[in-house]
Amino acid sequence: MTMFQLEFMQRALIAGLLTGLSAPAIGTYLVQRRLSLMGDGIGHIAITGVALGLLTGSAPVLTAIIVSIAGATAIELVRARGKATGDVALALLFYGGIAGGVLLIGLAGQGAATLNTYLFGSLTTVSQSDLYVVVGLAVAVLVVAIGLGPQLFAVCQDEEFARTTGLRVQLLNLVIAVMAAVTVTVAMRTVGLLLVSALMVVPVATAQQVTRSFRSTFITACVIGVLACLAGIVTSYNANVAPGATIVVLALAGFVVAATVGTLLRRRAGRARPLADEEPEVGVPAPEPHVVSAGHPHAHSQACGHKKVEHGDHVDYVHDGHLHAAHGDHWDEH
Amino acid sequence: MRFENDSARAVQVDDLSVDLGGRLVLRGIDLRIRQGEVVAVLGTNGSGKSTLIKTVVGLLPAARGEVRLFGTPVPRFRDWRRVGYVPQRITAAGGVPATVYEVVSSGLLSKRRMFAPLGAAGKQAIEEALEVVDMADRRKDAVAELSGGQQQRVLIARALVSDPELLILDEPTAGVDLASQQIFADAVRERVARGTTVVMVSHDLGPMDALIDRSVVMRRGRVVYDGPPHASQTHAHVHHSHTDDDPGWLTS
Repeated sequence: MTMFQLEFMQRALIAGLLTGLSAPAIGTYLVQRRLSLMGDGIGHIAITGVALGLLTGSAPVLTAIIVSIAGATAIELVRARGKATGDVALALLFYGGIAGGVLLIGLAGQGAATLNTYLFGSLTTVSQSDLYVVVGLAVAVLVVAIGLGPQLFAVCQDEEFARTTGLRVQLLNLVIAVMAAVTVTVAMRTVGLLLVSALMVVPVATAQQVTRSFRSTFITACVIGVLACLAGIVTSYNANVAPGATIVVLALAGFVVAATVGTLLRRRAGRARPLADEEPEVGVPAPEPHVVSAGHPHAHSQACGHKKVEHGDHVDYVHDGHLHAAHGDHWDEH
Repeated sequence: MRFENDSARAVQVDDLSVDLGGRLVLRGIDLRIRQGEVVAVLGTNGSGKSTLIKTVVGLLPAARGEVRLFGTPVPRFRDWRRVGYVPQRITAAGGVPATVYEVVSSGLLSKRRMFAPLGAAGKQAIEEALEVVDMADRRKDAVAELSGGQQQRVLIARALVSDPELLILDEPTAGVDLASQQIFADAVRERVARGTTVVMVSHDLGPMDALIDRSVVMRRGRVVYDGPPHASQTHAHVHHSHTDDDPGWLTS
């Protein structure tokens, strides 16, 4: 009898397939908004939800989803306020989630072994009813992530502009947070709560080594997520280790390969991508008739590699999108 | 006068004060912009001109007074397809790459329903907007890989793609190379010819100078000049001499 004929493995593989699709799907939006660690925080909070289920004897999947949606909403509200203390508030929430979870599980008389199946995933414990919940939730996440793609993209790309197109930005931000919470619950049985964030972020990071558009990053990340999940579950069965660990290790291995290939490709194309922080000109005074370039350590010359522009009686050098011109012993912004 | 009714006013600002973190950045601004006008808001850094623009498009709340767009107070304004906003440059490119085409297509969201695919008319509008800013051949490139001037051109295409009646530009020429400034000015000129109202905030107008038919100079949160453009320039830039036929201010 091969492993594919085992019922629990079939269930695990279906759950893995859906997790591999939905985690990178929502992860793409989180990474674009630079909230890569949000999934991690929700995962921590969901531990309390699982413990609550074990303590009260109700299904841990249901209590986990309720608590993680509440937690994700709280995270989003704290973030939207933009207060300096928001960072600390989130940390308190995350640690409270873990500590509360361990405490409640202890009270429920369950050992570390039960907790472990939720923290790092478990192949044998995906029940038939768990599977129905996972399928339903994953489909809902995918419908929203794809159907509302243009709106969510705009909100994550440039929130201020999105507001001026009349989009309900706060509502969409909340949708993203709730979807992340739902995905955490979907992924709980396969990768586990502590590693779910890796499955949201690593495939996206891998995909962008070779992609240029948002759409192709989204699709590639989902393909990588599915491959990592399915291969990880099979490896987990053969090696008898927690599936969360094998899935994430495989995903990371994929990242290393993609990063190497991506670097080589870019080098071959002869144009390494500029770093995102190479253009810090927002809020910097625009060129006035005579603006001295502050602390300009680089002396432009015929051979310095900056593009040269003839400008009346002198030559300007294109430097990070603006022009520098020699003026006595310093450089002017032109 | 023909423009006296509210709906003919693209922008109406009444006794507007804006508070940013406890500091009064705008103090009692009154401003009326008729449809079809091309207005430059000038002033030094910290004069409040960007704050004014952000309040007009509803990104900042008014502490006192109100802003009306096409006769409707901004908090209740829903007809955002009539407004095109060009912010100061992509504040920071997102964590995931996005192409020129993708960024420009997000300008159509004021016209798109949720869960609806992009129609043929939308695709056509994107193509036209890309042509106008001369970025059609870069449509598949990641925005983060473009120069500052090219990124700024992408942002104006994103605002133009929805065919707005009111175009609001925040520092369109800041840190932008001359070639891009020229393309920018041409794109705005073409809109002006079609009757679009334009409000732009700037330190220096560059090639757009010739388009302006009114300028508003701000200092310390107040309007200190509102009138024909040339007089205002000498007010704002007394330290800088140029002749009347000088097309831009930056060419010296």
